[in-house]
Amino acid sequence: MTEPATRTPRLYAKPRLDAPTANEGTALVDDAKIQVRGLNFFYDEHQALTDNTLDIARGKVTAFIGPSGCGKSTHIRAYNRMYELYQGQRAEGEILLDGVNIVGPGVSALDLRHRIGMIFQKPTPFPMSVFDNVAYGLRLRSNLPRTELADRVEEALKGGALWEQVKDSLHQQGTALSGGQQQRLCIARAIAVEPEVILMDEPCSALDPIATGKIEELIEGFKGRFTIVIVTHNMQQAARVSDYTAFFYMGKLVEFGDTESIFTMPKEGQTEAYITGRFG
Amino acid sequence: MPQAHIASRFDEELSEIKNRVLALGGLVEKAIANAMIALLENDTELARKTIERDKAINALEVQCDDLTRRILVLRQPAASDLRFIISAVKVVTDLERMGDLSAGICEGVLELAAMPSRPKANLKGISELVQAQVARALNALAQGDIDMAMEVIEKDVAIDELYRGSYREMLTHMMESPPQISAYIILSNVAKNLERIGDHATNICEMVIYTIRGHDIRHVDHDAAGALLRGEE
Repeated sequence: MTEPATRTPRLYAKPRLDAPTANEGTALVDDAKIQVRGLNFFYDEHQALTDNTLDIARGKVTAFIGPSGCGKSTHIRAYNRMYELYQGQRAEGEILLDGVNIVGPGVSALDLRHRIGMIFQKPTPFPMSVFDNVAYGLRLRSNLPRTELADRVEEALKGGALWEQVKDSLHQQGTALSGGQQQRLCIARAIAVEPEVILMDEPCSALDPIATGKIEELIEGFKGRFTIVIVTHNMQQAARVSDYTAFFYMGKLVEFGDTESIFTMPKEGQTEAYITGRFG
Repeated sequence: MPQAHIASRFDEELSEIKNRVLALGGLVEKAIANAMIALLENDTELARKTIERDKAINALEVQCDDLTRRILVLRQPAASDLRFIISAVKVVTDLERMGDLSAGICEGVLELAAMPSRPKANLKGISELVQAQVARALNALAQGDIDMAMEVIEKDVAIDELYRGSYREMLTHMMESPPQISAYIILSNVAKNLERIGDHATNICEMVIYTIRGHDIRHVDHDAAGALLRGEE
């Protein structure tokens, strides 16, 4: 008895043309620390970001991925208004930090950068001692007694997993540390002022795998305490450290979702092509 | 594959895995067919050859695993590539087990041949259905055909029914003819092996669906799986 090889017409194989795009409301989360709405960004006449809408989840790590020039760094530089330091750069739209729009003159950029710290691709220790590097932001904001200042510096260096290496040489120049140690010094400097958000723009791209592993471990430990946005070209890193991932292409948010879904079952063809190395 | 990888060697490696998995499928399909011919025609020579050829199936399984391991280490695949590799690893294991089950049927043929009286086995129906299911599962795998994969999965219940029927029948024969109990035990093992081969064919189809659509429908009932595939999540 052989079953006849008849085929029942089905709908299973239809392409998923009805999948909503990221800008149709799928880039939102339940508990957002930052809500970006219709963000456009311009370098003079050139539009670098077009209508970006997404949420950054509170206490989670969100990774931004995409090819060079896609706008991911431009996007995070808007969160602390770094662009205001340069002529001809402007942002339009809304970036709500805990519901308050921080785009425009109503919010002090200094206050904003106190609440939103930033780590750059290349470690940027100030030309001063390890201690003074970490104390720099604290001294700007308050006049702490010496012992309390020392405690806060120690706590921040412990938080940056650097204390054990530098506790006996706090007065050596920050620039004398190794590359990985310098980056952790910058992280300690950032967390010393207890920011609410930490932006990381390719924080490990200049570091070796061991130093990279230490930074990733720090990021893991920061979950729940800080809201983190990390821009990375290293997709394995994005997959390892983040809870949510956003894929940008040519200034547009193509797809946003929980990291596991993005890396195992992306909805958009462009995301699939990029993360599987088929782009270009 | 929708678009070539920037690293063209990666495409070649993925194609190589797919080709070898399908080649393994071809060997297994042949092994099942030969095992059933050997049983139904009492062909001990074919049974021996089929048992011997299982070594080639095992060797190809190891080759496929080497290739998938190499890709995992060197390419760190993601998304559809990752799903394909995960599926390849699991499908290869299913195919190898199907080969073992075919060899097991052939062992039964040799044992039956050594017995003084050999009862007739009513296993033609289940055998043909299982072989048709395996062929369709391998086609679904080769073509990435979700509809065909779902058909195989849904039709497995017919194999289960045939197996239960033949088991009851053999149990009756055993009670009626105690001297032939040993022979019927062997035949019921053959039926069980066929039923298990059918289960492995459905496993392969589940991995076809996972590869193409990313949905894991293992241990999900047919209606829920269908709804998932139609996007009614």
